[in-house]
Amino acid sequence: MSEHSTYVPGNAAEKWLDERLPVVRFAKEHLMDFPTPKNLNYWWTFGAILVLCLGVQIVTGIILAMHYTPNVALAFDSVEHIRRDVNGGRIIQAVHSVGASMFFAALYIHIFRGMFFGSYKAPREILWILGVVIFILTMATAFMGYVLPWGQMSFWGATVITNIFSAIPVVGESLLQLLRGGFAVGNPTLNRFFSLHYLLPFIIAAVVVLHIWALHVPGNNNPIGVEVKDKRDTVPFHPYYTMKDAFAMVLFLIPFAWFVFFAPDILGHPDNYIQANSQVTPSHIVPEWYLLPFYTILRAVDFNVLFINSQLGGVIAMGLSMLALLVVPWLDTSKVRSGTFRPMFKWFYALFVLDFIALAYLGAQEAIEPYTTLAKVCTGYYFLHFFVILPVLSRIEIARPLPTSISESVLGKAHS
Amino acid sequence: MPLPAASGVYCTGIVTLATQAEHSTTRRDFLYVATGAVGAVGAAAVVWPLINQLNPDASTLALASIEFNLANIPEGQSVTITWRGLPVFVRHRTQAEIDEAKAVPLADLKDPETDEQRTKPGHEEWLIMIANCTHLGCVPTGQSGDFDGWFCPCHGSHYDSAGRIRKGPAPKNLVVPPYEFISDTLVQIG
Repeated sequence: MSEHSTYVPGNAAEKWLDERLPVVRFAKEHLMDFPTPKNLNYWWTFGAILVLCLGVQIVTGIILAMHYTPNVALAFDSVEHIRRDVNGGRIIQAVHSVGASMFFAALYIHIFRGMFFGSYKAPREILWILGVVIFILTMATAFMGYVLPWGQMSFWGATVITNIFSAIPVVGESLLQLLRGGFAVGNPTLNRFFSLHYLLPFIIAAVVVLHIWALHVPGNNNPIGVEVKDKRDTVPFHPYYTMKDAFAMVLFLIPFAWFVFFAPDILGHPDNYIQANSQVTPSHIVPEWYLLPFYTILRAVDFNVLFINSQLGGVIAMGLSMLALLVVPWLDTSKVRSGTFRPMFKWFYALFVLDFIALAYLGAQEAIEPYTTLAKVCTGYYFLHFFVILPVLSRIEIARPLPTSISESVLGKAHS
Repeated sequence: MPLPAASGVYCTGIVTLATQAEHSTTRRDFLYVATGAVGAVGAAAVVWPLINQLNPDASTLALASIEFNLANIPEGQSVTITWRGLPVFVRHRTQAEIDEAKAVPLADLKDPETDEQRTKPGHEEWLIMIANCTHLGCVPTGQSGDFDGWFCPCHGSHYDSAGRIRKGPAPKNLVVPPYEFISDTLVQIG
């Protein structure tokens, strides 16, 4: 996108570098001059906030790895050692564990923003799919990270989640042993999870680069969903959005800091402060809050469907719930991007958000009535939304008239 | 030094576009595919050990067989022991539990197995099962649930007094490991 560049090398050294490796030019084009719709609201700041979150997790994680011991006999104590003995370890460990929750809070807001404003629609399908890939990788990373403290929830979470693979017909049992490195979750499992937990954030960072690359080809979507038509619709990324993003980051860090300093363990589970014991399952297993909606879908299927047994059925349902996100660009075929101009979609979107929150709530409840029935209803509605409501709405809904341009919507009149 | 190839007099083995158009498969195509195939086999041979290292190692496999003395478990009591890193229930069943398990018609079962298939002949009071719920692997709580057997707290699976799945998301009965009675009070598991 060299046409946006206003970069002129300032001196002979810059010119020399620019002719050999134009990094300064690249940074100026993509981090400073990049034309950005001038009507982006605060929901659009979560992309930058997520970059911050990933950075915080990588920095604190590398530090924690300097003090942590991935061995079943020592892991639990080494985390306590970090919290009690290491200089500043109490805060660094809290930033990392609270950071995971804050990461997911931002991630969910970012995803739901994209769903309301139709950010997945052409020409941004690849951008969206890369985002879903990042989401899934982040869940995998967070899950493996939660195993490392080797508490009761770590151990039983690892047992339950790896057991998902045993549902795969024929190869399931061998695959399960391959993943765990044993007949049950044990030391080999802990070691490999540590190795992968260290690796995956860098893979995520690489996919984030692709995600931003895919963003910089068509440019940002915006709250009215009308494409940029000319220069009057945009402002340069710097200083307009660097400042807005920086301010949003400061606001985001306020609750983050509150958790770290005043309630570092409130988002965790008391059972995870008991060392792992393969003989006793805690009376009530709950994954971290950010995995709850998908956990509910996993256990909602407690009945056999034809030749598919209930275990495999649950795994398929959970897989489909993520697949639905991947294919949503082809399920919602309405030409109008922004939910603001879609009178019916708006309500169904709100209902879907409620359904998702209900799924999260139900995931934390025990497997008894009325929760088991409610879980089935909410799971059913999740799929109904993607596979029936979105395609049907796209056909029958009459959208409100769109502004002709971003400028017009901002200024309240067409530009002359 | 002048280059001789341009004259075309020397046989260099180089196939030109003209000869390729005449013959659909050339020696070069064959060598290309053959090299690719050997390369792929070589790559797979290198990758396999890198994956196989994830499988259970020798020290894990060494724990595959154990012996256990049943003499100290009174009727109506259970113990949980470890075999291959897995928890294993050893239950000394009461007569009431055995009768209850035998009275269940097979048609009521999700994973039909008779009580006899789950115990050893002459040792029906002993129920030995891997203590991981067949749903996602939690350890069920003993002597609870709706069927006087086990109840899995994770996702609400109920097992009866023969460890058979009766209600909830688990697909199969609790797994009976391979074991045999060496004497009346000594079993070898694995």
